[in-house]
Amino acid sequence: MAGIVVSSWAALERFLRTDPADVGCEQAMEILHVYVDLVAADPDAARRYPGVAAHLAACGPCCEDFRGLLAAVTEDR
Amino acid sequence: MVDTCGNPAATLDDASAEWLSALTGTGAAREAALTRLHGLLVRVAVRELRRREAGAGISGRERDDLVHQAADDAMLAILGKLGTFRGESRFTTWAYRFVVLEVSSKLGRHYWRQHPAEHLEAEDWDRLPDRLGAGPGEDAEHAELVKAVRQAVEEALTEHQRRLFVAVVLNEVPLDALVARLGTNRNAVYKAVFDARRKIRGFLVANGYLEERWRGSS
Repeated sequence: MAGIVVSSWAALERFLRTDPADVGCEQAMEILHVYVDLVAADPDAARRYPGVAAHLAACGPCCEDFRGLLAAVTEDR
Repeated sequence: MVDTCGNPAATLDDASAEWLSALTGTGAAREAALTRLHGLLVRVAVRELRRREAGAGISGRERDDLVHQAADDAMLAILGKLGTFRGESRFTTWAYRFVVLEVSSKLGRHYWRQHPAEHLEAEDWDRLPDRLGAGPGEDAEHAELVKAVRQAVEEALTEHQRRLFVAVVLNEVPLDALVARLGTNRNAVYKAVFDARRKIRGFLVANGYLEERWRGSS
């Protein structure tokens, strides 16, 4: 039972954790087209923009936009 | 090559250069490029609505309207900002970004057609453990967690942060729906919730709720 109890607090800690590298929505969306072209060509290219990667990992709506744009350019090629 | 701000521009690939040349030109070539670009934007909007969970409940004329509004608004934005395109990506990638963001924005507004405005203010704190993805723990432990977070929210957050935290976390209001409702932008809402998470965590650690339990779990 203790394990289950701890998991609630662990889930809370995970949810509250923030990444100081996170650049926020505005900056991430500003260069989303550049980021997507790089990732479409080489998935490892995300490492060149750690602040954007940190944001996309934390922000559901921006990650959805990233996936949508990546899908659009991938289908084009 | 120099962009309109006087900054050195990246080298354009051939396809992007063709797009720019046609769209900044005149006559039949420009008209053809406008028609082709609009068609591509419509296609991306259709696929994007189909891909997104939030678009699942939209069909028929409503879906067609949303697709064409997104494509039309994206088209206007693209033509208004052609001078800012610096060739850092393919032209089409740059252009598609506008229509993807328009779809998000329009889905945010559409959310309120299916949800009452009161949804924004409701506070059902018992949902918190479930919303955090916590397992089915004991009621007493969940109650303690909820009590601690509520205390942190009341004591550590501003009224604005509290309102947005409740809407996003407890009530699952999508960020873009909040943006539409409050007339703000996504970054402002995200930043408020980001700061709220950081402050709640600080409060829980300072008051011995989180750190002791977290250490105990590792």
